[in-house]
Amino acid sequence: MFSAILIMALGAVVLGAALGYASIKFKVEGNPLVEKIEAILPQTQCGQCGYPGCKPYAEAIAAGDAEINLCPPGGMEGVRKLADLLGREVKPLDAEEKPKQLAIIDEATCIGCTLCIQACPVDAIIGAAKQMHTIVAALCTGCELCVKPCPVECIRMEVIRENIDNWKWKYPVVELKRVA
Amino acid sequence: MQLFKFKGGVKPDSNKTPSLQTPIGMAPLPALLVVPLHQSIGGMPNPLVKAGDRVFKGQRIGNADKWISAAVHAPTSGTVLAVEERLAAHPSGLTTLSVLIAVDGDDEWIERTAVDYQALAPEAVREILRDAGVVGLGGAVFPSHAKLTAAQSVPIEDLVINGAECEPFMTCDDLLMRERAEDIVRGAGIFRDLLAAKRVLIGIEDNKPQAVAAMQEAVEACGENFSVVAVPTRYPAGGAKQLIRVLTGKEVPASKRSPEMGVQCFNVATAYTAWRTIAHGEPVLSRIVTLTGNVAEPGNWEVLLGTPLKDFVALGKPGADTSGYLMGGPMMGFELPSLDVPVVKASNCIIAGSLALFPPLPPEMPCIRCGACAEVCPHELQPFEMYWFARARNFGKTQEYKIFDCIECGCCSYVCPSRIPLVQYFRFAKSEIWSREREKNISEAAKARYELRNERDAREQAEKAERVARAAAAKAAEKKPLPGAAAADAPAADAEAAKKALIAAAIERARVQREQSETALDAGGAETQRTQRDET
Repeated sequence: MFSAILIMALGAVVLGAALGYASIKFKVEGNPLVEKIEAILPQTQCGQCGYPGCKPYAEAIAAGDAEINLCPPGGMEGVRKLADLLGREVKPLDAEEKPKQLAIIDEATCIGCTLCIQACPVDAIIGAAKQMHTIVAALCTGCELCVKPCPVECIRMEVIRENIDNWKWKYPVVELKRVA
Repeated sequence: MQLFKFKGGVKPDSNKTPSLQTPIGMAPLPALLVVPLHQSIGGMPNPLVKAGDRVFKGQRIGNADKWISAAVHAPTSGTVLAVEERLAAHPSGLTTLSVLIAVDGDDEWIERTAVDYQALAPEAVREILRDAGVVGLGGAVFPSHAKLTAAQSVPIEDLVINGAECEPFMTCDDLLMRERAEDIVRGAGIFRDLLAAKRVLIGIEDNKPQAVAAMQEAVEACGENFSVVAVPTRYPAGGAKQLIRVLTGKEVPASKRSPEMGVQCFNVATAYTAWRTIAHGEPVLSRIVTLTGNVAEPGNWEVLLGTPLKDFVALGKPGADTSGYLMGGPMMGFELPSLDVPVVKASNCIIAGSLALFPPLPPEMPCIRCGACAEVCPHELQPFEMYWFARARNFGKTQEYKIFDCIECGCCSYVCPSRIPLVQYFRFAKSEIWSREREKNISEAAKARYELRNERDAREQAEKAERVARAAAAKAAEKKPLPGAAAADAPAADAEAAKKALIAAAIERARVQREQSETALDAGGAETQRTQRDET
């Protein structure tokens, strides 16, 4: 009887120590759910969701403060993925879904004020004070944040058109035919 | 020689006889050539000419970009009319940057120099091949020089020269082997020397006895010890992995490429162009194209790259009921978007289609999971599973079923009793997965830049605050001596307090300034704001 209690107690101490050690050694930094949500968000950092970036929005979703349908660049596909991850209902996007865009500076009009450079969240604009600025097309996420600050309105958004490099095979269409 | 078998495969009607009746013809010079710059896998070549330039036959007009890329040349002499976007020979029907050349009819060559490749370093030979635009002419157009480097750990045992030509209708390699066998054998010799391969195996399907005989004769004439092997006719025996398996018994696993197994494979036409480049200084300017199907005079033609399809198909006198043109064979080819597209390095065969030749597919029926597709799949995949998940857009699952090992040979669609266009589903799934991958990479890079930028902003702000504080402290120290010498031994604590007060003052000043600028902005003074920012 005594030895049984001793064995159980010893077992409890050993397992407790192991668990305690593991909880310190393998402590999860940050909220893994936030990271998973952030991986789905398109990282345009555009703020169209009402939060100042993708990470704050991900945090708000994880905390249950925000709906999952606020991200226009992510589109319906993003909403569906978030719903899948979080086990929430799929909701229609709370904005119009836009095709992917690219900002273009009219270089002749640009006065070199650097305001757009300060506005760009992803460092996609090159230029210096009183020098012409330009947007590195490959780095632009199409967030539109540079459009408003421009004092001479020389930045426009252009839809990225389909080309041979980004062309995709279409879903095979099944023809419907009246049988009778 | 012992031959091996690959699993699966089908035996469609070959339909090769009509285009084999005449020798290779020389297509006449067209009035205009549209030469796309991007004619190979890999980087887009950079244009070297501009509108108004006079070009000679064989002059380089596009320079290879990066290592995996191949140069492009003017196929004949003439004047460059423009470098502009033109319709591409691509299933999308989109445009690609092309060089338009008005042909002058003189066909005037640049200076051609033969090189003694054995005296050169292998790297130099590979560079010559890249700059001559030598790419895989079997249809995949992968730059050949990039395949001519042996894996470091594994020496190349076998070099496989692919003359199988398993696609129905296609006969361009067959006729090339019949008529120009010696050049092919010599080209294979170059590849052998570059790769230091021990054996050279030339695999030809046994429905081409004349080509086998011609190649055999050429091998003997050149005094080489290559083996010319007739392999059983079974589609897709001409797939690189299938032919390697049949000839050497080696199975190239999904995760590896054939050089890691000690084998490399080239098409016969590629070997031919490599020899023309090295021994005659002629870059790739033309290719043999089969023109067949619903035409009165089917046959094979040597066609300049860039020849508009309109001009080319006229040579075969297409029937009045021709409904469209396929590029490539009926199993793997695609329908061309228009007759305005040019002949490119990948155009091995053009088939004029008609309703009689290719009746429209009957409607797709539900999959009954009969497994016929899995039985014929030469890569031993399970197409019915991949179809199921591709259809449901469950791309993760398609990858679990190894969709990227699918070579799109079309055997599964060919045997499907429900007439499901399986390959189309697989192509759709593959391009969706690629596009997602691309987008994911872009968004990850954007996130990294965003985080770096935030860090930099924080650092810059801290540095600025420190600078302001230091300047203020210096100012304070200047003023200090007046109140008395006592301040000299003066407690650091006092200076500390002064510093703090100054920082507070600086913050206050910044706040006021910000408020001012905000009011200025509200007043519609974007210009004011700009100048203020400039000052700061």
